Amino acid sequence: METTSLGHHISQQFNEELEDVRNRVLAMGGKVEQQLSDAIKALMEGDSQLAAEVINNDHQVNAMEVSIDEECSRILARRQPAAFDLRLVVAVIKTIADLERIGDQAERVARMADELIGSTGINKQFVELDHMARYVRQMLHDTLDVFARMDPEAAIEVARQDERIDGEYESLMRQLLTFMMEDPRNITWTLNMMWIARALERIGDHAENICEYVIYMVKGKDVRHISLEQMEEETR
Amino acid sequence: MSEAAQLISGEKSKTHGLDLEALGRDRSTRSLDEESIALEVSDLNLYYGEKQALKEINVGIPRQRVTAFIGPSGCGKSTLLRCFNRMNDLVDGVRIEGQIALDGENIYNPSTNVAELRRRVGMVFQKPNPFPKSIYENVAYGLRIQGIKSRRVIDEVVEKALRGAALWEEVKDRLHDNALGLSGGQQQRLVIARAIAIEPEVLLLDEPASALDPISTLKIEELIYELKDKYTIVIVTHNMQQAARVSDYTAFMLMGDLVEFGDTDTLFTNPKEKQTEDYITGRYG
Repeated sequence: METTSLGHHISQQFNEELEDVRNRVLAMGGKVEQQLSDAIKALMEGDSQLAAEVINNDHQVNAMEVSIDEECSRILARRQPAAFDLRLVVAVIKTIADLERIGDQAERVARMADELIGSTGINKQFVELDHMARYVRQMLHDTLDVFARMDPEAAIEVARQDERIDGEYESLMRQLLTFMMEDPRNITWTLNMMWIARALERIGDHAENICEYVIYMVKGKDVRHISLEQMEEETR
Repeated sequence: MSEAAQLISGEKSKTHGLDLEALGRDRSTRSLDEESIALEVSDLNLYYGEKQALKEINVGIPRQRVTAFIGPSGCGKSTLLRCFNRMNDLVDGVRIEGQIALDGENIYNPSTNVAELRRRVGMVFQKPNPFPKSIYENVAYGLRIQGIKSRRVIDEVVEKALRGAALWEEVKDRLHDNALGLSGGQQQRLVIARAIAIEPEVLLLDEPASALDPISTLKIEELIYELKDKYTIVIVTHNMQQAARVSDYTAFMLMGDLVEFGDTDTLFTNPKEKQTEDYITGRYG
């Protein structure tokens, strides 16, 4: 059953509340997306000013999570939503938790970037990291798109992107390890690069979670902890 | 083995005072296929004169479970409920096709003893309707018309029924006061006590709490939960949250059709039919 329109409740006010909560999730998603791309930009361009901004702005993401959470509790208490409406509220509560974690990871990238900017001889590995970062940004962007359109088929496609990110992460790890073995003086900055790669890899996992919540919301099927193939089977 | 490993292997199922097996058990999944059926409705059509009020209803009411019928006014849910003990016989111009089997026997057989049927299938209405007699006599009434005279037997049954209806503690000191002096919620529980005193198999509840305040409503709901150990309960309600709270299975009806019937958890979280979804979420059809 496709119920992607939030409207048409007899209660106009309820329509507005659901629409509002959904818009706020999208706004939070937009903020998180901005944080991530700023953190990456700070790293790539050595802009410690921008890195500091990202670190400073993380509290905004946290505040958004708290206020959306409150709104969801209020809807549960006052409206006792059922069926799609209930799944929407549950999916929102989970989604904003993952978005908040993505925000934390973006902040972590910014902190590492700030440390790296001071150190020497680091530019050589940025190409690979840039590659991975681009995938992660794309996945986050597509995930928010999936959430906005409530499209379960697209959700599977986006969830699939996490495999590619994991692959990039593995090969980047191997490379960084070689650098460490080559020259112990590389260890400090290489470790920081590893933390960044790790943070980016985690963002992919959180985005995949959000895709799963979208499938739950639209299809009413819980597709966590199963393979992508099973996920496709369930969503059909 | 470490505690974590024990947890994972499930060898130590009681840890930190938690019964992990019980936690892991999915209590929501009931399956209609595994239920014993108390009332089996087959191809039931009902007409009020020219107007068809029930259309080709097929449904099995599971034994010792609570089954709720929901739907907008005029959808036929009360009409269907009244079919279960042939209350519709009393309405002029009603024509019924198809059959309803209680424990395998069609209650619309000409040979059916309707008084006996109504003893087996008790009913409670929206508005409490105690007799203008004492509390005691209200409950004892069914026994007296069955010809039971023993004071001792009647005393026992009255107490048991009032306890069963969660009313005993409130009325035990004034059993011989007039029942009309009770509050609405108490009256409704008295009527339920009257219904269960004659030990029916099925209890039909037609909007049993819609005239009651929230606390009395919760007491009735708690009572329904307790009664399902012994009785098959069918409840009609306008209050969807109530259906969601008290029932094991829910049927959604619309304009004489049975649109969807399934376990309550699924119906309220992930209904199959668009019409059900629209109704329970309060959308336009």
